[in-house]
Amino acid sequence: MSFSLESESSSAMLAARTVPEGKSSPSASDAEASNPLAAEFQLNTKANSKMQAEDLHAYFGNTHVLKGITLPILEKKVTAIIGPSGCGKSTFIRCLNRMHEVVPNAKAKGKVTLEGLDIYGRDVDPVRVRRRVGMVFQKPNPFPTMSIRDNVLAGLRLNGIRVSDPDTRVERALCQVALWDEVKDRLDRAGTSLSGGQQQRLCIARSLAMEPEVILMDEPCSALDPIATARVEELIHELREDYTIVIVTHNMQQAARVANYTAFFYLGEVVEFDKTDAIFTHPKQRRTEDYITGRFG
Amino acid sequence: MSRITGEHHALRKFTNAAFSAACVVATVIAVVPLFGILYYVAARGMQGINWDFFTQLPKPVGETGGGMANGILGTLKLVGLASVMGIPPGVLAGVYLAEFGQTRMGSVVRFSADVLSGIPSITVGIFIYSLVVLTTKTFSTIAGALALAVIMLPTVTRTTEELLRLVPESLREAALGLGVPKWRATLRVMLRTAAPGIAVGIMLAVARVAGETAPLLFTAFSNRFWSDSLLEPTASLPVQIYTYAVSPFEDWHRQAWAAALVLVSLVLILNISARLLVRNRVRKQ
Repeated sequence: MSFSLESESSSAMLAARTVPEGKSSPSASDAEASNPLAAEFQLNTKANSKMQAEDLHAYFGNTHVLKGITLPILEKKVTAIIGPSGCGKSTFIRCLNRMHEVVPNAKAKGKVTLEGLDIYGRDVDPVRVRRRVGMVFQKPNPFPTMSIRDNVLAGLRLNGIRVSDPDTRVERALCQVALWDEVKDRLDRAGTSLSGGQQQRLCIARSLAMEPEVILMDEPCSALDPIATARVEELIHELREDYTIVIVTHNMQQAARVANYTAFFYLGEVVEFDKTDAIFTHPKQRRTEDYITGRFG
Repeated sequence: MSRITGEHHALRKFTNAAFSAACVVATVIAVVPLFGILYYVAARGMQGINWDFFTQLPKPVGETGGGMANGILGTLKLVGLASVMGIPPGVLAGVYLAEFGQTRMGSVVRFSADVLSGIPSITVGIFIYSLVVLTTKTFSTIAGALALAVIMLPTVTRTTEELLRLVPESLREAALGLGVPKWRATLRVMLRTAAPGIAVGIMLAVARVAGETAPLLFTAFSNRFWSDSLLEPTASLPVQIYTYAVSPFEDWHRQAWAAALVLVSLVLILNISARLLVRNRVRKQ
């Protein structure tokens, strides 16, 4: 398979990728038959896809960063996005809760649905979307002016939401991220007094306290040491019982460890999307194989 | 293989020592005026400081004694009122520049603030004189405070902008990612995080205008008695220092030094408390 075939016009790819279940496309060329997405799309009806990007384009000024991404995000599964630096992984997940447009001159076009509803629709409030689709960032970013406790409650407090049982909320969120035992005696200390790994778990607790349905994680472990990384990965394992998770990672072992599904991004396009073991054991695409075996990227 | 001993080291060591010495000398030169002023003002001022100085009105010309109670109160009123009028718009303009300032409008505002901060304070005085004093037909505390507020405005604006820019963008993203609207994120996260630094900037701006004389000469004017309303001329320490210092009376000279000491102490207290505020904040974290 050659490069030029892969980078066909996005509408053609869209057509190829949205072949309905059970109906193989007779006119499929070699390229389409081996289209990495087709099989997966047939496997997964929209019923269990929590979110769905359709022909999503993103720009920074005049730079075209995402060139027609079509990808399902399956409910209560972990989807990993891998790919070399600059391939649009982070941009993609930032489009999933409309954080991309926060950057000056950044634009997104196309469709992203959350339970069937287009979050780029005309009367959609991005603020509401972000309450349902939470985000954890690359570098731990607890609020330095707030205590550990207030950091967990920050989403509620800053939104002016009053809850009757703030202490229970704090305990529950901190227990979910296995931080409760480490910090329960110093909830009034500054959030920034914790170690890097603890701060990142605090940030995860902070987004969990908003009770989102989807959690986007943008390289959540890249600033952490191996032990802290292991804790966060364990946490992701537990969270996937209840949440839909999308994780961007540079670390392919990490993708293999935590994700049910993996998408390989290259130059702003999805090269391959499949079950994680399929991607890592028998990738259908030459470029995927080259990347995961370390031949480029 | 190059040698690791030899005379070329001697030259380098000498150059190093010479530059270190030059830095020390320059530092001393830089702080000498400060300590010189402080020492001189304290030494001369202490002679005029007594209870009367803080509680009495000035005595009529020719009599000795009396104090500057009206001047002290006048300065506090002027500075207080100027802060009330100057700080809120300054902070909000700073927020505007930091958050939405990447536009043409933003650069216009920023440039204006920079020009305004470079305008001689006496010009601001004339401006307020023609705008307020001529229309209300009276020198007043309000006019004086307005002049001081205008002088304060650009400093507060630019300090707020600079300090907001120092707050990591990641904190804003954290807040937005939690579904917090932009205005709340700006107010409760960005501004809150930058607050200690902004407070210092504001205190320094306040301290600076506390010593302004020129713009008060023809806005607040002066008053040898209590100023009963905000629409009357009022005494202030800087103007009083000026009037007393150029007078021919020995007793007035003494009082001018005392007033200078009080003014410098006020400014120092503002400066030091601003710094303590930040230090405590840092230690807490």
